[in-house]
Amino acid sequence: MSLRQALDRSSHPAAMGAGARVRAVALPARAGVGLKPEHFRDVLATRPDIGFFEVHAENYMVDGGPFHHHLGRIREHYALSLHGVGLSIGGEGPLDEAHLARLAALIDRYEPASFSEHLAWSSHGDAFLNDLLPVPFDRATLERVCAHIDRVQERLQRRMLLENPATYLEFEASTMSEAAFLREVLRRTGCGLLLDVNNAYVSCTNHGRDTLAYLGELPLGAVGQIHLAGFARDVDAAGAPLLIDSHGSPVDDAVWGLYASVIARLGPVPTLLERDHDVPSLATLLAEAGRAEDIMTARAVPSRCGIYWGGS
Amino acid sequence: MIAAGTCGQAAFAAALLDPARPCPPGLVAWNGSDPTARLAVYRNNVVASLIDALADTFEVAQQLVGEAFFRAMAAVFVRQNPPRSRILAHYGQGFPEFIEQFDPARPVPYLADVARLELARVRAYHAADALPVASAVVGLALADAERIGELRLACHPSVTAFGSRYAVVSLWAAHQGEGDLERVDPGRAEAAIVLRQGLDVLVLRSPPGAAEFVAAIGRGACLADAASAAMKASDAFDLSATLALLMRHGAITSMQLARRDLS
Repeated sequence: MSLRQALDRSSHPAAMGAGARVRAVALPARAGVGLKPEHFRDVLATRPDIGFFEVHAENYMVDGGPFHHHLGRIREHYALSLHGVGLSIGGEGPLDEAHLARLAALIDRYEPASFSEHLAWSSHGDAFLNDLLPVPFDRATLERVCAHIDRVQERLQRRMLLENPATYLEFEASTMSEAAFLREVLRRTGCGLLLDVNNAYVSCTNHGRDTLAYLGELPLGAVGQIHLAGFARDVDAAGAPLLIDSHGSPVDDAVWGLYASVIARLGPVPTLLERDHDVPSLATLLAEAGRAEDIMTARAVPSRCGIYWGGS
Repeated sequence: MIAAGTCGQAAFAAALLDPARPCPPGLVAWNGSDPTARLAVYRNNVVASLIDALADTFEVAQQLVGEAFFRAMAAVFVRQNPPRSRILAHYGQGFPEFIEQFDPARPVPYLADVARLELARVRAYHAADALPVASAVVGLALADAERIGELRLACHPSVTAFGSRYAVVSLWAAHQGEGDLERVDPGRAEAAIVLRQGLDVLVLRSPPGAAEFVAAIGRGACLADAASAAMKASDAFDLSATLALLMRHGAITSMQLARRDLS
């Protein structure tokens, strides 16, 4: 049995529907929001009509206490997306097997419908830098990233989604475009694409590219989830706009426009509204998620499920 | 092997943590602008996000010295001590010791101990779940008066106890709206017992000797040895009141008698 067959099989558990828990094999093609500790009680008390919640895996790598207590209860009612920020898939060093084991344990415990990570690095040696750092798009990086994703999918026994990065710098060493790099990673590893439309807009603006052209070069058929977030504005040394992927404000109208064009092509796709700083009330986040749902509804059928086997 | 003129991750990482380093070679911008300004975004993301993580944990320490002082101090710590774990919840284990050695913080001698208390709170918040010892077990354990001293107690994983030369509990409480900060004499020694009961983290003012008692239990001492350690710390130590306090907060998770060898 090939790895891909194994992954396909593991994604269609026979246990579907068993037990009280929502055993979603795919995220619903609806909008979701990031689950914030300050909203735990509100979510449980009001049970908002929302497609799914997403959490950062590393925040739940703690022994016990309120985080696990609340996530366990919320998971009983909602599909979950597990989003890693610390695996350092783009790192020059080997993957941290202990970290992979912690991810596997979280996946066993919470049965998320989706696991995603970034095309970036965040650790060097034994230092964790707590940022998503850029990689050159060259052969050596391609081979390393693919080997790391192969290992992740083998260890976690599931297909992962890889998120396109928000970057502020480019490398002289790059020999291919970001889109070509991502296309090749998806082709070689069979992983899916987490299309962060804000990242696409931020990176294209920061590197003087056309975002629609960039999106057109991506293998959109492999999109398993979309992320939307807000950015902050800065300028570079020459006064050119430099957008910062800050997750601290509402989604920009330019990003909503790009999102609508992606949905027009793909139909409804599980879409996460990300907010990590200056987190507003749950109602405000839900209203933003509602706007994404409106865009998906306007595009209407045919509905797509959240897992894509495309990319090849 | 990294070719000359290209930016490896070692050089990139070093440049992130040291603002005095030049921008590593091999980094470019589409418009030919100086990449240093763009590297500054990453430099700021790394340091600011880690300072934010410390500010989340050490909220009262930040209030005691003000945001500007706290962030400047935290920036020095972050650059010298980047996290060694990808799990940020417990970042800052060495921060109280760093504060003790940080000259500009000398005028606030109690700052390090307040930071210790705040670390204990975060530890308690995320500590493993455990059920309190069943009252039937307590009854049985305490019934055999002859062997009470041999009992081995286990504390809930969330429990930390420590003493301070300063009024750490009062200082911390005054920042939670309990008591008047103006009336706190920072130089009065206090001890704290920090634990999680259910989902709530509690900071208890330790009665005399109780913190030493809990610390001894944590080191694996039997009840008699823990009680004598507590008596040594304070003549006013009250064993039954201390046990009652701990039980009331679900802080004792087991009571066991070692098997006595027949001889």
